[in-house]
Amino acid sequence: MKKTLNLVLASIVVMGLSLNTHARDYIILASTTSTENSGLFESILPKFEEVAGIEVRVVAVGTGQAFELARRGDADSLLVHDTAGEQRFVENGYATERTDVMYNDFVLIGPTNDPASVREAKTAAEAFASIAKAKAAFASRGDDSGTNRAELRLWESAGVELVRDWYRELGSGMGPTLNTAAAMDAYVMSDRATWVAFGNRQNLTLLFEGDDVLFNQYGSLLLSEQRYPHLKHELARQWHSWLISEDGQQAIADFKVNGQQLFFPNAN
Amino acid sequence: MENNAFYVALSLLLSLDSSLIQIVVLSLQVSLMAVSIAAVLGFPLGAAVALWQFPGRGGVIVILNALMGLPPVVAGLMVYLLLSRAGPLGEWGLLFTPGAMVIAQVILVLPILAALSRQKVEEMLGEYREQFVSLGMSRSRMMPTLLWDARFALLTVLLAGFGRASAEVGAVMMVGGNIDGVTRVMTTAIVLETGKGNLPLALGLGIVLLTLVMLINAGAYMIGELSRRRTG
Amino acid sequence: MTSLHTPCLDTSVLLTPPALSFHGVSFSHDEKLLLGPCSFTLDGIGPTLVMGPNGAGKSLLLRLAHGLLSPTQGRVVWSNEGAPRQAMVFQQPVLLRRSALANLTHALAVNNVSRGQRVKLAHEALDRFGLSACRHTPARVLSGGQQQRLALARAWALSPQVLFLDEPTSALDPAAIKAVEAAVLDFHLRGTRIVMTTHDLHQARRLAGDVLFLSGGKVREHTPAQAFFNSPVSREAQAFVAGELVE
Repeated sequence: MKKTLNLVLASIVVMGLSLNTHARDYIILASTTSTENSGLFESILPKFEEVAGIEVRVVAVGTGQAFELARRGDADSLLVHDTAGEQRFVENGYATERTDVMYNDFVLIGPTNDPASVREAKTAAEAFASIAKAKAAFASRGDDSGTNRAELRLWESAGVELVRDWYRELGSGMGPTLNTAAAMDAYVMSDRATWVAFGNRQNLTLLFEGDDVLFNQYGSLLLSEQRYPHLKHELARQWHSWLISEDGQQAIADFKVNGQQLFFPNAN
Repeated sequence: MENNAFYVALSLLLSLDSSLIQIVVLSLQVSLMAVSIAAVLGFPLGAAVALWQFPGRGGVIVILNALMGLPPVVAGLMVYLLLSRAGPLGEWGLLFTPGAMVIAQVILVLPILAALSRQKVEEMLGEYREQFVSLGMSRSRMMPTLLWDARFALLTVLLAGFGRASAEVGAVMMVGGNIDGVTRVMTTAIVLETGKGNLPLALGLGIVLLTLVMLINAGAYMIGELSRRRTG
Repeated sequence: MTSLHTPCLDTSVLLTPPALSFHGVSFSHDEKLLLGPCSFTLDGIGPTLVMGPNGAGKSLLLRLAHGLLSPTQGRVVWSNEGAPRQAMVFQQPVLLRRSALANLTHALAVNNVSRGQRVKLAHEALDRFGLSACRHTPARVLSGGQQQRLALARAWALSPQVLFLDEPTSALDPAAIKAVEAAVLDFHLRGTRIVMTTHDLHQARRLAGDVLFLSGGKVREHTPAQAFFNSPVSREAQAFVAGELVE
């Protein structure tokens, strides 16, 4: 019996030790579910790790939570898509530098039979207004993410008052929101990348795209060295620089799902 | 066929995909580690509450019982605030590591082990008390005897704890961050695949997880039965 | 009478079995007086059989004497300094969920017997009580008679100066009863003070040196066995010995 006990104890110790085998340099990157869910990181990170020898550990959350992680000093680097929020973040001194990295666009998804006739809309504002007018079910992220913030701005510009009987705030990530929308035949706004990579469309289809206001810009931020002296600023800077370098930009352009490019580099 | 979750689960298992193996191994490591630590702390704690009378004992029992229902995401939030750079233990740099996940799961599992072992030990103490006093045993001497004699009941308690640890997602998601290759475990991988709309893959992973948990339970059951037959 | 084979006697112990005195001991629970007040001294060589009808307080008296319960009033006093080494065998033997051998080594470990001595003493005791063959058997799958013998072996290994037995044979068949009674006499011959409860008159006649008779929570008589069985003094004891139903 004692032997078994010793064996168990020994294996626990070994197990504990083996949990900490990552000796390589790494940074924590707080980013958004849209980039993670589309598979972008799986495609570009190995390329960066190969040249820089730095592991990028992605914590994919909503943009709101990503800002919060960075504000508390829990992330070394930030890649999000809420330009106004990012600029405020810099102004408030949390970050020292913000750079455009890439963009994609938002698309309006809905049931194939399109009860609100969104297909016929000329502008995004028109499309949103027609959903409100038809009181057609709309599934909103409702999680203070970049997509959620963009969506709320669009409702505002369409001059629509959001009423709970057709406007549903889910408080979920992009993927779960698409799952829910598919289940209840609701309209939903998604970033194109998540939509293209999404596997459970059921009766949903892309109904509206192409308006300039649906432009979705991603930015990379360097966090304040003064405010967060413990962060790995040197490694984070290497990542930031690579992203906007020719190599990084090319890697982003090379990422395709079903032959379709999902993110468009625009770091100038 | 490819959309059938059982087919996906089977091909996942048969292909021995390296990233799947990594996820499975990490899941087991984190949960077994957490359950081991919780057992080392929780069993003596439960036995102590069973053995000693002290003011506020009823309160402790109620709290332990109530904490068995602690929502994982609350435990995760607590550990996050603790380990966050802005938190009291931020210096340790444990956030978004498997260590943080172990801590969160210990918090989830500990009340289960303590509360249930308290109950088992107290039942057994009722049966043994007079003999123990007759043998002149102190309370602290009774503790190891009771814990050892309750070993079969405690094995079941251990499995309940392991079930809770391996099934929860809220806490490990929050403090681990679901980082690919570092803190991605079965449950967070299932959430991710669901988010991508890969429902068959998500369900397939779920079946793999269920299979593992069943294997561990079957193993523990057999060990328990064998030694029960041997030592009574 | 049972034929007594002579065990190896430790005469130094035999000569001085510690005496036990109750000084006005009573025990109440929830304001209800369950036993006493009673005063007596057990200083003969015994064995002392505690007798009386059900609910007379026999088990209570044993537990107070052994220290499992504390008296509400009065004192339990031993003749030597502090309490002597003592053990108790219960009606339902309380055995650990371990092998027969482990039950003994555990009791010895608790009593600070060195690791090397434990196994030796345990094997000796198992041998003496005819349990060698089942030393690796889980204690709880032994027969009722074997379990009680194991409880006696455990007490034996601890070589107590005083042994309390609470209705040790009430759940056993005749063969097992015989083995237990022989064991009790072995303890007696080793110089252990025996204090045992029973409601079985025949058993008391076979074993008793003196009898402590209880009824209604009071000690009615404490007399040598011969005297008790031939000419009980109290009315309750007369009725009890005559085999009447005594309340």
